[in-house]
Amino acid sequence: MYSLSVIVRTICDVFAWFLAVFGVYVIIHGHLTPGGGFQGGAVVATLFAFLLVAYGGKKFIPFYKSNLFSWFETVGLLLFIGTGLVGLGTTFFYNFLAGQGGLFGSTVPIGPNSGVLNSSGTIALMNMAVGVEVIGGLSLILYYMFKGIRLYEESGSEETGHDR
Amino acid sequence: MIGNLPYLVVGIIFLLGLYAVLFEKNLIKIAIGVSLIEASANLLLIVLGYRTGGSIPVFTLAGKVGKMVLPVPQALTLTAIVIGLATSALMLSLIMMLYKHYGTLDVREIRRLRG
Amino acid sequence: MKRQVLFLVALIIVVGTLWGGLSRIHQFGDPGAAPMDDYYLHNAQAERSANNIVTSIVFDYRGFDTLGEAAVLFTAVCSVLVVFRKGGHN
Repeated sequence: MYSLSVIVRTICDVFAWFLAVFGVYVIIHGHLTPGGGFQGGAVVATLFAFLLVAYGGKKFIPFYKSNLFSWFETVGLLLFIGTGLVGLGTTFFYNFLAGQGGLFGSTVPIGPNSGVLNSSGTIALMNMAVGVEVIGGLSLILYYMFKGIRLYEESGSEETGHDR
Repeated sequence: MIGNLPYLVVGIIFLLGLYAVLFEKNLIKIAIGVSLIEASANLLLIVLGYRTGGSIPVFTLAGKVGKMVLPVPQALTLTAIVIGLATSALMLSLIMMLYKHYGTLDVREIRRLRG
Repeated sequence: MKRQVLFLVALIIVVGTLWGGLSRIHQFGDPGAAPMDDYYLHNAQAERSANNIVTSIVFDYRGFDTLGEAAVLFTAVCSVLVVFRKGGHN
């Protein structure tokens, strides 16, 4: 896959930041607005597809740290299970933080309200854990499938862009 | 009858997916058919839980709350979408490996069990 | 020929059951009484203090389901890695 022209790459440099910020927003506001860990993680993983299309594999593969993202995936899943296990004193996945004050412990007014970010207990924590896991997982799938495409090409062939 | 149009759409999408799975010879088109069947199942779950005039089950800045649509089918659809995505990724990866081995995507030619 | 007849019978059964199921279903937009969903809609804000009812069902009331989902995603990623591993096949 070749890298695209300088116009596409410049636009990509600008909008990649908006994509990342929007994905993280969807993750951390998962208990207030429509969205959550899976959706926000998918948005952030789209960022890597964007970079891959704009810059081509030759620049993307050294840029993408696959070890780091495997760690993201593992840590996200372990954090999710761990948050469920801490509530095991009552039941598995018991929400032990909701309404206690402190971290994510504020109560919300009943009925329509403007939203309290510091609420909902373990739901927010699990949103973040699942978000981290989905970021790692989807971008790893993308990366390895792209490397799988490159298996077809001859090993010696040089990639040539449009303007370099 | 016209009020039940969404169910008809679900049936049509399901039959399209079934047709693609049964009659197409290209593996990519079969993968598209499986994805269509998944989409019809998700759409059926969402349609089952809809209340006429209901709003989304989110209270943030909801305004005046009347009826709300059923939340449990939406939660299950969320689960189904992620699982469908995972199976699609695995299916496409296996198709890529099959193409690398056989040089074709035609299911009539991929019959030999070659190592 | 026999194969095609069998296939036709199977197709008629599938389409017939699909049509039968869809024709007996409730009217669109009127799911009838749903006590479980109404319980969630009325009590989830007080019990779990989250505004988004869908999220509180996904991550709290039915967290075990979501655990399986996350495990499925993890397994899919591992399978893709195994399929495309270096120096496999050949």
